[in-house]
Amino acid sequence: MFDQILQELPRFFSYYNLLFFAKALGVTFALSAIGCIVGFSLGFLLAAVRLDTRPAGRPLRVASTVFIELFRRIPFLVTLMLVFFIFQGLNADLAMFTVALISVCLIATAFIAEIVRSGLESVHQNQWDAASAMNFSYLQTLRLVIIPQAWKIILPPVFGFFVLFIKDTALASQIGVVELAFAGKTMNNKGFSAALVYGTVLALYFMLSYPLARFGKHLEKKLAPTRNR
Amino acid sequence: MPQLEIVDLKANYGAHTVLERINLSVEKGEIVSLIGPSGSGKSTLLRVLMGLLPPIGGLVRIDGQVLDYNNREQLRRLRSQIAIVFQQYNLFQNMTVLDNVTVAPIKVKGRPRKQVEDYAIQLLEKVGMGAKLKAYPDQLSGGQQQRVAIARALALQPGILLLDEVTAALDPELVNEVLDTVRLLAAEGMTMFIVSHEMGFVREVSSKVVFMADGHVVEIGPPRQIFDDPREARTRDFVGKILRH
Repeated sequence: MFDQILQELPRFFSYYNLLFFAKALGVTFALSAIGCIVGFSLGFLLAAVRLDTRPAGRPLRVASTVFIELFRRIPFLVTLMLVFFIFQGLNADLAMFTVALISVCLIATAFIAEIVRSGLESVHQNQWDAASAMNFSYLQTLRLVIIPQAWKIILPPVFGFFVLFIKDTALASQIGVVELAFAGKTMNNKGFSAALVYGTVLALYFMLSYPLARFGKHLEKKLAPTRNR
Repeated sequence: MPQLEIVDLKANYGAHTVLERINLSVEKGEIVSLIGPSGSGKSTLLRVLMGLLPPIGGLVRIDGQVLDYNNREQLRRLRSQIAIVFQQYNLFQNMTVLDNVTVAPIKVKGRPRKQVEDYAIQLLEKVGMGAKLKAYPDQLSGGQQQRVAIARALALQPGILLLDEVTAALDPELVNEVLDTVRLLAAEGMTMFIVSHEMGFVREVSSKVVFMADGHVVEIGPPRQIFDDPREARTRDFVGKILRH
């Protein structure tokens, strides 16, 4: 087997194949990074909307709850199909990449909103009481008191989700988006040995995922330091 | 004119009535203490006054002005005139001692940082916490945290200070350091509304004692009346049980 792989190596790492992999890596990276960033921002927003107990916030609160509960329960693949057929139904001619991007953003938002909500709720009610009694607005309470204390609850599961999420973007290959998993399949079909092709794909996924996990650890240290008593 | 006047105040937790037609008033410079068995509604009354639990009936007047708890603007004004110190201190765990005291004046009232910090340091020195400005709440003892919480409330320059069982969560040997701080404020003429189980302390500092049971005010009178010569059977029963040991 190794002889065969050695033999294939020069052909496998040709300029065009490298370019093909680089492009696929770029697509996976874009789906992951944009999904994470959009998901994190909108997820935070939805969680904050959902926790706002003021009567005027009720319609928004219900809407965000429905969104979160729905998209956390639909399989990723089904979401992809849903987005795909909805835009087709609207006669909007979207690139497959855009369809995949919208899907990953929807899913990341729903999952992260739930993680953030549980983190915010883990901060003791007496912190809210003290802030209200001192006339903090809702947003001031979140920004100055609640979120700083919630980081240590929010960050580990968020980055755990990101790691799973990068792998899940592979499902975009099902609607023909040329990302890493799709590139692997294509190269395999071209006759390159599976070990070589998927070994390369593995290494590339690792390259995306590992620095992200490190970044998560770094943020945890910075935003949620454990102090010695 | 009373500084704080409570008229027929009523409050519920869900379907459960916790305060029933409460009537009492606090004059400027007075120290009014609320005593009574657990679950009698003392702490709830303070929560209602702060707008943390909206009342379902009755009204509250501050300096003669009727206050509507459903009106955000009026609630804001109320909270700038009354400050509360909680049983569990409720210090912001993510902030240092100094930040806990300065955050509301700076961020909510928009006062200049330098001026607020100078005043905060002065207050923290007064409560004996001047050496711990950079410490976090979880590095302090309960008594120290409670003294910081008192400084934090004072930094808001309130007209009335509410103290909700401020020594109930403390080890016995830490109780006095907090009570001494309250005595200091009493001597300065601070208007205070106190919920406490420290009967000796209540008797010593109060101008007026309110005995509550089952969400009602049972008896109001000077400490001597409540502790030595209660008029109501319910008060006599409670005081008898407390002073027996």
